[in-house]
Amino acid sequence: MAEITNQELINALSAKFGGKVSGFDEPYGLLTLETTKDVIINVLTFLKEEAPAKFNFLTDITAVHYPGRKHAIAVVYHLHAMVQRKRIRVKVFIDEHHPEIPTATGLWLGANWMERETYDFFGIRFEGHPDLRRILNMDELGVHPMLKQYPLEDPNRVDKKDEYFGR
Amino acid sequence: MNNQPVFTDNDPQNELVTLNLGPTHPATHGVFQNVIQLDGERIVSGVSTIGYIHRAFEKIAEHRPFYQITPLTDRLNYCSSPINNMGWHMTVEKLLNIQTPKRVDYLRVIVMELSRIADHIICNTIIAQDTGATTTFLYLFQFREHIYEIFEEVCGARLTTNIGRIGGFERDFNEIAFSKIRKFLKEFPVALKEFESLLNRNRIFIDRTAKVAEVSRENALSYGWTGPLLRSTGVDYDVRVSDPYSSYEDFDFEVPVGTSGDIYDRYLVRNEEMWQSVRLVEQAMEKIAGEPKGIFHADVPEFYLPAKEEVYNNMEALIYHFKIVMGEIDAPKAEVYHAVEGGNGELGFYLINDGGRTPYRLHFRRPSFINYQMFAPMSEGMLLSDAIINMSSMNIIAGELDA
Repeated sequence: MAEITNQELINALSAKFGGKVSGFDEPYGLLTLETTKDVIINVLTFLKEEAPAKFNFLTDITAVHYPGRKHAIAVVYHLHAMVQRKRIRVKVFIDEHHPEIPTATGLWLGANWMERETYDFFGIRFEGHPDLRRILNMDELGVHPMLKQYPLEDPNRVDKKDEYFGR
Repeated sequence: MNNQPVFTDNDPQNELVTLNLGPTHPATHGVFQNVIQLDGERIVSGVSTIGYIHRAFEKIAEHRPFYQITPLTDRLNYCSSPINNMGWHMTVEKLLNIQTPKRVDYLRVIVMELSRIADHIICNTIIAQDTGATTTFLYLFQFREHIYEIFEEVCGARLTTNIGRIGGFERDFNEIAFSKIRKFLKEFPVALKEFESLLNRNRIFIDRTAKVAEVSRENALSYGWTGPLLRSTGVDYDVRVSDPYSSYEDFDFEVPVGTSGDIYDRYLVRNEEMWQSVRLVEQAMEKIAGEPKGIFHADVPEFYLPAKEEVYNNMEALIYHFKIVMGEIDAPKAEVYHAVEGGNGELGFYLINDGGRTPYRLHFRRPSFINYQMFAPMSEGMLLSDAIINMSSMNIIAGELDA
């Protein structure tokens, strides 16, 4: 089977979605792109069913918090085309005050817990998710602890200042 | 078909029983809670609750330099910690573009394949134990002990190994370690053969496991299953073959697959993987004999912690030691995803670095977490006793499930 290059995928995605997909990059050979939350499910469906390499496997969903940016939360999808041995990373930047994005549970059943985990740690509401509850943290926690504003340790402690440990 | 709940109109006891299976139930090996509704002995529905041993590793990792994250990875899948350690080192090496010498790769293959054997020993003997065969459990489990003795010789620790460093190993394997590996390679196949002859054609074992908890490959892929579980359904996906790391492309080995994804197939796939791991360790031992002796790490003084004697006696090593520990060497600003074939699936590390010495964000793609998701839905209609061995055969490790 002829290997599918990243350029072919970029061309196919650009032809289909135009300006809605952007920020193409290939860190360490892994094709990365950005898209918007209104077309994310279309992009994922396209990648799963129509793209030159069929990314049939959802490896992971997670998020990253970049405080200070206009769209401060990135939801990151890692997909995998097992037959063509290709991986792809899709990012969606969303507003941290209204963190909402459509769910991918309609495409992959496994997205259920991955999205619950992302909701638990970042407070992202996956619209249409069948059972969006906390998963690892206790229900009474009240915060979404992986957001950068929550410190790891009690900030009032004086014996564990990061600078003493060179970090 | 016989796994469907049976309801009749005039059943005098048509009430369902709620059973709290866990968090610390003796039949579940680890901290798992499942609240299940039972109709007699059949499960009608179940809800998994997880997170009892959540330790916020991803948050902690944002405040630790790279070399201090290795002990955190130990505590993910603690049945095969060296694979996690190696996976993490290789992620950082990928980020830093470090090329490791072939001998280091082969030593890593030995360590990883031995831990894969240890991981599969636990899972397969526990399936046997849960179906009532205690002999086999005790019989093969001693070899896990021998593997831990090898780890002890290599790094000083047994369970949470913290084995290796970024760039290689903290020390070379000594002669005792090599002789223990050779002894293991001689004795283990004999025991594994006997283990198989006790179970593979055992009527009781087959009746308990075959055609129980069958999974279609479409369902397995949709749920994100990887590792032996996915292979037992017939999908030949193995990270070692599809994205070779640590020179796995130099080795000759096979990827066993099952057909129906039932518990018996999972058992057989794991057994065959142990044979393949033995082959891999044998080949690695041969290859190491042909490599120059004494090389156990890449030449990357900026990131590889120097030996203590060097630090005390050599100015240059002292400077590097200081710079590494005080975090004065920056890593590139980049994103990297690296996956290794863990004991129970694709263990992925998604590392975002903003140029500092600690990750800006580190996410573990934990196979146990993703595989376990199907447990409650697939238990519906199953006998309680089958659900118990189903959980054993999924090889869910609580540390990895909850991170």
